[in-house]
Amino acid sequence: MRDLAVAVSVGLLLALSLPASAEAKPQVPAGPPAEMVAIPAGVYRPLLPISPAEAEVAVAAFWLDRVPVTNADFLRFVEATPAWRRDRVGRLRADGRYLEHWAAPDRLGPEVIADAPATNVSWFAARAYCASRGKRLPIEREWERSAVDLDATPAAREAARAQVLAWMLTPGKRSLRAVGQRAANHLGVHDLNEVVWEWVDDYGAALVPLDDRNRGDDDRQKFCGAGAAKASDPTDYAAFMRMAMRSALSASDASGMLGFRCAKDAPS
Amino acid sequence: MKCPPIALAALLVACSSRGTPPPSIDAGPDVTSPANGDLQQFVAADAPTVPPPTGRTAPAKVRISLEVKEVERPIADGVSYVFWTFGGGVPGQFLRIREGDQVEFHLLNHPDNKMPHNIDLHAVTGPGGGATSSFTAPGHQTQFTFKALKSGLYVYHCATAPVPMHVANGMYGLIYVEPGYPLPKVDHEYYVMQGDFYTVGKYKEKGLQPFDMQKGIEENPTYVLFNGSDGALVGDNALKAKVGEKIRLFVGNGGPNLVSSFHVIGEIFDRVYFEGGKNFQENVQTTVIPAGGAAIIEFKVDVPGTYIIVDHSLFRAFNKGAVAMLKVEGPEDKTIYSGREIDSIYLSEKAGSTTAVATAAAAAVTGALTVEEQVAAGKALFAGTCSACHQGEGQGLAPVFPPLAASDFLRTQSKDEIIGIVLNGRTGPIKVNGMDYNSVMTPLSHMADDGIANILTYVYNSWGNPGGRVTAAEVAKIRATTPRPPGAGE
Repeated sequence: MRDLAVAVSVGLLLALSLPASAEAKPQVPAGPPAEMVAIPAGVYRPLLPISPAEAEVAVAAFWLDRVPVTNADFLRFVEATPAWRRDRVGRLRADGRYLEHWAAPDRLGPEVIADAPATNVSWFAARAYCASRGKRLPIEREWERSAVDLDATPAAREAARAQVLAWMLTPGKRSLRAVGQRAANHLGVHDLNEVVWEWVDDYGAALVPLDDRNRGDDDRQKFCGAGAAKASDPTDYAAFMRMAMRSALSASDASGMLGFRCAKDAPS
Repeated sequence: MKCPPIALAALLVACSSRGTPPPSIDAGPDVTSPANGDLQQFVAADAPTVPPPTGRTAPAKVRISLEVKEVERPIADGVSYVFWTFGGGVPGQFLRIREGDQVEFHLLNHPDNKMPHNIDLHAVTGPGGGATSSFTAPGHQTQFTFKALKSGLYVYHCATAPVPMHVANGMYGLIYVEPGYPLPKVDHEYYVMQGDFYTVGKYKEKGLQPFDMQKGIEENPTYVLFNGSDGALVGDNALKAKVGEKIRLFVGNGGPNLVSSFHVIGEIFDRVYFEGGKNFQENVQTTVIPAGGAAIIEFKVDVPGTYIIVDHSLFRAFNKGAVAMLKVEGPEDKTIYSGREIDSIYLSEKAGSTTAVATAAAAAVTGALTVEEQVAAGKALFAGTCSACHQGEGQGLAPVFPPLAASDFLRTQSKDEIIGIVLNGRTGPIKVNGMDYNSVMTPLSHMADDGIANILTYVYNSWGNPGGRVTAAEVAKIRATTPRPPGAGE
């Protein structure tokens, strides 16, 4: 948490200092660092809109990592921040599976692909990692907006969904591989929906009622949605599954097929 | 929580002494009875095996662990599919408890799985049937407790969004809640569950076949299967029994879409506890099992042989795999079923007078058989046997059945060749009067030599054909010098 506080204060300082210099000498705003992609402002269509007015949600411009954070990246983080070693972290912040696939708390071992996404990482750990880089986790609407091309032709969208389903249906860890191996998507981002599930900062807002077949027949369900009757597109099975996955998670959960990448606000 | 405090205390004791159950399917569902301190023996119950009766005279506290595994398995010969399973197979493991049992239920989601899952047991009374309490991320487990209020045979299934896909991938099984009294004793209990499957490739198209969402939405399955794979209960894997034994089938239908018309060819069900409930109907031919429903079926097998189990919506049985087998061994009982006693030509209203056939037969014996008598007899036989395909005036039915009338094929082939075709049948392409045909002529070798001779003589002397005569001796010669195709009579 201390890292986060530091990052926030650094961010604030930057934010405060920027306008002054901008006034003095107008400049083109700096682009994202090489490992990130500038995602332009856009639109997200939630699977379960909270209200008809929110069938489309605006997403501000932001920066997103091109690829998920890898085991090698995360090892460097753990070396620099030993409090996040698996043998030192508190169980409230990372459950018993945290980094369990590594050979040792400070060593990947021969079984682990160094350039594959870091998995078995809790939400707390993912947040801490991003904060250490002066970044943050993307929120759900940012992640979905980057993954789904709303301008694609219906045929292309069908094909994309089929590809996502195919990934979801590949059993076990067979789809785990080094990041950035496949072509980038329409925005220049790699590996979305192709290698691992990814944390979003507001995963906990992706609530489905615990029984997904509820039709939202009372006010309490309004924020949970979930019945197919309320879905904007009940044939988007891939979106249902991402939502189901997010809503199944707790912040301390580590899972073998769950990784993350970081995001950052774009300078305004 | 509706549990009485005493039962709850017992549960807590059970929990504290248990520790974390290992995520393993080898042990199968695990049942303990802290009420009397006995460990209930619980045999792993992968279909078609049914665990033995609980044998308990009173309700107990029961602990069940069920593990979800996402696995690639064969769905047909040379075809694999990624199934999501309760316990590693389709259908999921058979669970057997007793009415009034307090069940501590553990759902384990294997760490290698990709999806979150939960379980809705139709035997559970309460919102979601357990689904609201069992939503479990990969590598985690959840627990809830329920009281088995009502006896019956119930379906359980996954209820995680998108629910139909989880069910279409095989996430269902049966839980049997025994009534408080013993069921009639039977010699065999079997577990059969129907389900429909949707693959991108056609039925039996080779390779790893992905799930086809559109076919699912259209309720147009590629496979309709008993116990999760084509031929799961066929051949060596058939259900087995001996003559005189009583059988109880626990039959479920996982769906997700189709309603089953469950039927065993050649059997009458003595009792069907329809819809898995308390009452039974007797003397049933076909029982409807809805998606998400079940039935208990009892019958005694009296006659040996192979009994084919089908969904009597028959295209599913013939073209989508909905076939299983029950093999019954033992002595025949000819008073119940004789086997084939007579196989003779039935002339029906199409036949002319059978007198002509009798006249020709009599004339053949005296050696005074004329061509005219042969033609008259052949005409009667042709009407009964041949006209169904070649039509009454030998005109055929293009493009399937070639004509015999004014046939260039008949004219250009040798007499021996023509006799051979009638005796032994013929399959494959031929050209008749300028038109291509490619179908099957069935062998008629079960007919007597003189019958075939009369038919051919009739054909040669009708409809613009060149005339001539075929004798019984000529047919006998071909019969002696050519082999019959497999399955044809001598």
